[in-house]
Amino acid sequence: MAKDMTINLRIWRQKSPEAPGKLVDYTVSNASEHMSFLELLDVLNEQLIASEDDPVEFDSDCREGICGSCGVMVAGIAHGPQQRTAVCQLHMRSFEDGDTITVEPFRARAFPIVRDLVVDRSAFDRIIAAHGYVSVKTGSAPDANAIPISKDAAEEAMDFAACIGCGACVAACPNGSASLFTAAKIEHLALLPQGQVEASQRAVAMVDQMEAEGFGDCSNYAECEAVCPKGISVSGIASMRRAYMKGVFSK
Amino acid sequence: MSDEVANSMSEVSHSPRLDAKVPTGRLQEKWDAYKDAVSLVSPANKRSHNILVVGSGLAGASAAATLAGLGYNVKCFCIQDSARRAHSIAAQGGINAAKNYPNDGDTIWRLFYDTIKGGDYRSREANVYRLAQVSNNIIDQAVAQGVPFAREYGGVLANRSFGGAQVSRTFYARGQTGQQLLLGAYQALSHQIAAGRVTMLPRREMLDLVVAKDRARGIITRNLVTGELERHAGDAVLLCTGGYGNAYYLSTNAKNSNVTAAWRCYKRGAFFANPCYTQIHPTCIPVSGDYQSKLTLMSESLRNDGRVWVPKDPKDTRAPEAIPEDARDYYLERRYPSFGNLVPRDVASRAAKKECDAGRGVGETRLAVYLDFDAAVQRLGASTIQDRYGNLFEMYERITGDDPYRTPMRIYPAVHYTMGGLWVDYELQSTIPGLFVLGEANFSDHGANRLGASALMQGLADGYFVIPYTLGAYMAGIRQSESISESHEAFTATEEEAGARIDRLLNNKGDKSPTQFHRELGQLLWNHVGMARDHAGLEEAISSVESLRDEFWERIRVPGSADRFNKNLEFAGRIADFIELGSLMAQDARRREESCGGHFREEYQNSEGEAVRNDENFADVAAWEHTDRRPVLHLEKLSFESVHPTTRSYK
Repeated sequence: MAKDMTINLRIWRQKSPEAPGKLVDYTVSNASEHMSFLELLDVLNEQLIASEDDPVEFDSDCREGICGSCGVMVAGIAHGPQQRTAVCQLHMRSFEDGDTITVEPFRARAFPIVRDLVVDRSAFDRIIAAHGYVSVKTGSAPDANAIPISKDAAEEAMDFAACIGCGACVAACPNGSASLFTAAKIEHLALLPQGQVEASQRAVAMVDQMEAEGFGDCSNYAECEAVCPKGISVSGIASMRRAYMKGVFSK
Repeated sequence: MSDEVANSMSEVSHSPRLDAKVPTGRLQEKWDAYKDAVSLVSPANKRSHNILVVGSGLAGASAAATLAGLGYNVKCFCIQDSARRAHSIAAQGGINAAKNYPNDGDTIWRLFYDTIKGGDYRSREANVYRLAQVSNNIIDQAVAQGVPFAREYGGVLANRSFGGAQVSRTFYARGQTGQQLLLGAYQALSHQIAAGRVTMLPRREMLDLVVAKDRARGIITRNLVTGELERHAGDAVLLCTGGYGNAYYLSTNAKNSNVTAAWRCYKRGAFFANPCYTQIHPTCIPVSGDYQSKLTLMSESLRNDGRVWVPKDPKDTRAPEAIPEDARDYYLERRYPSFGNLVPRDVASRAAKKECDAGRGVGETRLAVYLDFDAAVQRLGASTIQDRYGNLFEMYERITGDDPYRTPMRIYPAVHYTMGGLWVDYELQSTIPGLFVLGEANFSDHGANRLGASALMQGLADGYFVIPYTLGAYMAGIRQSESISESHEAFTATEEEAGARIDRLLNNKGDKSPTQFHRELGQLLWNHVGMARDHAGLEEAISSVESLRDEFWERIRVPGSADRFNKNLEFAGRIADFIELGSLMAQDARRREESCGGHFREEYQNSEGEAVRNDENFADVAAWEHTDRRPVLHLEKLSFESVHPTTRSYK
């Protein structure tokens, strides 16, 4: 059977966007290696409720790495030390008994803190609303097989479409840039004939919106790709820049 | 039969309120006939109608985007921080459609027939046929939006066989089909947000439905960041809030999936249909400890190549690789030679339970069976298996620490989907005029058991292709002058009631956390209203849930305050509603004295342990009406004009 672990946590507590925050120490002495990191926080919260303390707020929903709700800095790394893994699927077997782990929110100018580890990522939705779509109304679609799409193009589009919008790329970037997120959507659609019609205007509108939201620019650190739970490639950013320049100059 | 059951039976009324409004004529022509006759709303009038869409999953996002595209004013609400995170996103396997691209004999009729048979003849023929009819449009729409479905080398769409179907009609995008379809709908929604036709309100929870003069008039929401209660008036409310599987605490549903919005509508007069129909999915990662917060599904597509087995000898605790062929029992292949590992979900789940109950379960908890890919790897090669299931294998390894290329997966059934939901007619309208219910939140298309790859189909069918027509029938009949404003006394009263419930939770200051209650409820329902049910167990569940409800209101402790982000406050309110629902689930299961689909009553099985349906007495929809005393049962008798109910056999 799995043995109990003792885990020390230093967690960022902040009551509101304006209030000052601080790291607070906690200990969970009945952790298990089979537990996910968020389950560890659940256990801590039950402890805090029992001692009439205030539980730690964090976002999470599907807990299987696909909805993109969760995301915290674990020991300084977005989503923690295990590569290509959202923090909901990070398990305590990645840690040692007695470890002290610092837990902080995703930090970026464009992601204001709501409370504790919860941040406001609505800027991502506004980037998609800027033109992260194909302008097609319901009912006006041709037969699904009318336009052949090569298997390679579909697979590559899927690689980019796999983005879960968690924001780890932004949190990891020294510039707080949303380039990987924005490029992923631009590339997903640009690789498919359905998306190519509006490719230039899409790139310009989305990149401009990214800037307007207060995200920084990309300086090729590639920290984003390293933490991306879906392994989205930074090659998309280069393509995004080409599409952007093309769009700007064809205006 | 106990007195109480007899009493509740005597209250059965064949209410005219359950008029399903199914069009007359041949099954194949009903939907076209409906569309020919339905009233249209002029573009100028559409602009003046406000539609509230609650939920942004496949049903909600597709409905909101489509209705806004038609010209309606739409407000869309979701509990997550972004519409893109609704739980539809977690669907893995695929979406069915009767395209017949593989030329393997599929037709709209066959998709209809498989769906109604798979639902064990407990769904409405006309709804299911319409679902099969519009299935093809969904694929066209999704491709046009840029959904990157899997392709063949020639550039056409790829299909696979899924969940027991004998044709390949499932379209998929790796193991992330729900994600890609939801992102397609979310992008269409974003397009309408940008156009100013949809106001998106994320981090909002619907706490009540406002009903006045016998119509749905709007909703009360809580802003989950500020805690503020808000009023939203609308000419129609579309409830697209998903299923109630989280009543069991452990399920494959996302942590925020809940029944509150639907339950509040029930308490305002919408009938709740077939709450006992829950789907237990056979291939989930087993429970590992008490801290477990949810269960993870492994796509059913794995059963296309994986073989399910347990050791023949319960005392055989060797590592699975060390157990020779002749000491293994491939029990699905043995019991169901023609369908083998591909029997429908309910059958596969019960079979796994039967093995574990007999002591032949594997792993630390002995509540698991093996799903083995060794034969498939040898037959097809590891790289083919990786192409098909790579991301699922990675996910399994991430969670369990075991590598499925080397050692069999351990799987066990878990609650996954709920076929029951608010009762709706052919137009998707509930028993409250102006309240429409779409997707998993309604009861209509899957009967007693949902087939794999049919949930995505239904959510999108309802949102893209059904509600845009049927909503018109309602809108054309209402007058703008009759609409009420947010200052109407009905809004004031409903908001006050919602506020009072929150105050009661916070002021109770007991000694048990919301999660503790949720776990206890889940255990009760899993034990007595789970994979197998019997009269005595259901009686016990009903009384235990009752006591749990009393205890909840005595001992609940909710930390923090109402005027802030407060996850435990959200949970507490939802659990209070889950407890009430749990009682109705058990009552519905007790009343249904037959076995059908996901509802298996121990008393009603044949000598081989297979389900025995009772068409004479139970070919019906049980729709429950809330009253101050006990729920009142209304029946919609199901008539089958085009298919003849047969015994589902997968032998």
